[in-house]
Amino acid sequence: MAFAHDMRRVRAIVWKDLASERRSKAGFNAVAFLGVLILLLFGFALGPDTEALRDAAAGALWLAILFAGVLAFNRSYQLELDGAALEPLLLYPAPRWTIFAGKFVANLLFVLLLELIIVPVAIVLFQVKSGAGWLPAIGVNLLGSVGFVALGTFYASMASRSRAREVLLPLLLFPMLVPVLLAATEASSSLLAGNPMRDAGAWAQLLAVFDVIFLVASFLAFDHVIEV
Amino acid sequence: MDFGRAQAKSLVNIAGVKSLPARAVEEARLYVSASLLRILQTCATNRVNNAPPPTVKLDRLSRRFGTRWALRAVTLEVQPGEIVGVIGHNGSGKSTLLRVISTALRPSVGDGWIYGHHLVREAVTVRRHIGFLAHAPGLYEDLTATENLIFAARMFGIAEDGIEGVLERVGLAHARAERVRGFSAGMQRRLALARLILGAPRVLLLDEPYNNFDPQGIELVNDVIQDVANAGGSALVVLHDQRQGERVLDRVIELNRGALVVNPADVQPLTFATPSGLPA
Repeated sequence: MAFAHDMRRVRAIVWKDLASERRSKAGFNAVAFLGVLILLLFGFALGPDTEALRDAAAGALWLAILFAGVLAFNRSYQLELDGAALEPLLLYPAPRWTIFAGKFVANLLFVLLLELIIVPVAIVLFQVKSGAGWLPAIGVNLLGSVGFVALGTFYASMASRSRAREVLLPLLLFPMLVPVLLAATEASSSLLAGNPMRDAGAWAQLLAVFDVIFLVASFLAFDHVIEV
Repeated sequence: MDFGRAQAKSLVNIAGVKSLPARAVEEARLYVSASLLRILQTCATNRVNNAPPPTVKLDRLSRRFGTRWALRAVTLEVQPGEIVGVIGHNGSGKSTLLRVISTALRPSVGDGWIYGHHLVREAVTVRRHIGFLAHAPGLYEDLTATENLIFAARMFGIAEDGIEGVLERVGLAHARAERVRGFSAGMQRRLALARLILGAPRVLLLDEPYNNFDPQGIELVNDVIQDVANAGGSALVVLHDQRQGERVLDRVIELNRGALVVNPADVQPLTFATPSGLPA
């Protein structure tokens, strides 16, 4: 019964975050525009060499997701800070993990929606052809997004108390994201190249392990970092 | 004299220790005796007073921000039905006191209980009992008034069918479908009050609750406080001017630089009961 109440709370936070985001609109538009802009800048920097573009596609895509996603995480807590709503949120008679879970799911949906926009742009811009089919590539994207969002949601909560949160979040998050970024980029590159070394599966497994570690650690530590 | 010796030996047997120095057994005996005595004293006091336990109990509650002590060893008991005003200058620790009791802040030193539940160890249970109205309304501006209350009801873990009634009570039924972004400060305050009522708290923690309210709003706040007190709950109301809440306050405490100001007139002289049959 208590778990059912907690799941209702998780759904309430997801609903509240997405409804607020949908109504403000400016947030998602800005984040998506930044993602596309980063891809365009990578395209200009790499020049018209088709091979070079294809080789760099996976890295450019993940970096675009990463930079744009950081803005999304900051916004997720900005919603609470704007109306000083974080304190009331923390004072509901709910275990703190429900807040993390709600924020995590809302951020994951936000990032997946973002990917729906910038992945097609990357495919066109970098002239990508998936040698190993699109389904495994989507799977790797999902795995990479879960790890990225788990860490991003966790560190955004930590930075939300700071006045310099916009600067602090990337400083905290990016070093911790290196394993996820590396595994996701390698797995994606391998799949786009047709998985010639058969190593995409190994990278994907590593990515799954990172996801589990980051999710469990974030759930356990959230109660302490969100405390004033 | 042998009171506790058997218990001490039992404990030693339970611990599986074959032999123990006599001094250790004696210390254990004293410890058990003292513990039993404390329990008996507590039972006796409760039976004599026949008083319900306090709704709020603070024992040397202190909170430090960096090197500055915002709250210093506040000891306080609030009884069921009691409405206590908290006054003091700016920075005297009034808001910090409420935030520590509300579990928004952890105490640096000291303990506190709400209906016997510890502020830190049983924080989730404590939050079921309290209703905290802070300076800022803490609402979601892109949601409507009803949506804000639907969210609150789901987070409280209660049904949503009381929302319409609460909106009626705070006078916001006409604005139920409007986004909070367009609300005046007074309307936002009323909606924050509606959220507080929705949670059906037993202990109210109100930080300058009359701010931004018109006379009808002030009456509404007083009614809410009185309702909770009549139902056996209690309230701590932070005020700049105690005249604002004089209609409802039972007593007023003052904070100065984080410490409770003790009025010499309130201090009871120490008295010692004379055992019957002995000359005074």
